[in-house]
Amino acid sequence: MIFRVRFTAIAFLMGTTVAFAAEPASLPAEQLGKAIRTDSLTIPTPGELFAAFEKPGKPDWAGQYRTPIPMTYRNRGQIALNLGGLIADGFIAVEAQDSQQVKNIGTDIIKLAKALGVSENVLSRGNSINEFAENSEWDALQEELEATQNEVKTSMQSHSDQDLVILVSLGGWIRGTQVVSASIIKNYDERSAKVLRQPAVVNFIHAKMNEIAAELRNEPLVKAVNNQLSAVEKLVTFQPGKAPTLDEVRKINQAVTKLMEDIQNKTETK
Amino acid sequence: MKRRVAILFGLMLFAAGALLRAQTDEEVEAHKLVLDLTGAFSNDGFKLRDGHWTGTIKPQEHALIAVNLFAGNQYWFSAAANSKAKKISVEVYDEGGKPMVTETYNSGDKASAGFSPTSSGQYFVSLGLLEGEPTSFCLVYSYK
Repeated sequence: MIFRVRFTAIAFLMGTTVAFAAEPASLPAEQLGKAIRTDSLTIPTPGELFAAFEKPGKPDWAGQYRTPIPMTYRNRGQIALNLGGLIADGFIAVEAQDSQQVKNIGTDIIKLAKALGVSENVLSRGNSINEFAENSEWDALQEELEATQNEVKTSMQSHSDQDLVILVSLGGWIRGTQVVSASIIKNYDERSAKVLRQPAVVNFIHAKMNEIAAELRNEPLVKAVNNQLSAVEKLVTFQPGKAPTLDEVRKINQAVTKLMEDIQNKTETK
Repeated sequence: MKRRVAILFGLMLFAAGALLRAQTDEEVEAHKLVLDLTGAFSNDGFKLRDGHWTGTIKPQEHALIAVNLFAGNQYWFSAAANSKAKKISVEVYDEGGKPMVTETYNSGDKASAGFSPTSSGQYFVSLGLLEGEPTSFCLVYSYK
């Protein structure tokens, strides 16, 4: 009798364990709020965004090139934001499989990185980018661009410039979103448009921006960009699984284009 | 007396330093193990994101990491711990905390969960130590 009770209890427990393993319980909001959020995993790279975006059909990546940006910025915040944008441009050139454009952008990335005083390791990445571009090694190039971005961020952290890290990520996110939204406007497709739903990314970046040192946060450009993020977060918020309408995509594109223009053109005194 | 306190403090610092180095070694090992695991996905056309999370997890505890995924992409989340871990788990939850159905791979101290979101947005990857001693974990992900 005792054996039977024990056996039934063990079988019940085993059954419960198996059921739990197959379908774990839902997590409460409080636990989700405490989740670990890091720049290196929580913010998607432009490469991830572009991979999803081009699934329904390859867009005209070359049509999204922009004219070369100035290399004469003196403000470190502005350099970091533009560096992020340039890295996104590098991903676009890789998607377009355009060796010369990759090499041009690689050179500009290294110039801006030098202006921030990053380590020699980053500078050597420029040679690798050129080499991979010469040989049309597109997968390797994408990895190299991601590695370059991470190397820049690591170098910033080790030089007590950790506040600039989020600006690099933000610059990349804005440029990536600008390119994708512009492509969707040209050729609207619901499946492609779904990639624009990213409220948590903007929310995370906004929260990180509010943690940076007051001196940098209050610089006119950084402040202007930060102030626009709440509005951008609303624009990229839709119901799960729902695609934005063409009009909603236009609004997103207008907002990020305005941000990109500020980042590229605003004259800073420092 | 002051000298004794100074020696004691010095020993404590040394011990703390040694502990930190040991933790770093564990993290490096976990990172190496997880990269070995993701090689199979790379052969299948998945790109490994150049970023990772490392941290210590105790038995029956979980670490929850927020990620942002895109509808249309396929993802594999892979985690590894060193030999102190006997069995680990990787699970994926949506932004409301609902568990997602995933393809799974589990080999004791290594585990992966494969997932293709139909909605873009925030998801949560839960790493758990089901059996074993507290140890360092490393999480990476691949996409295509």
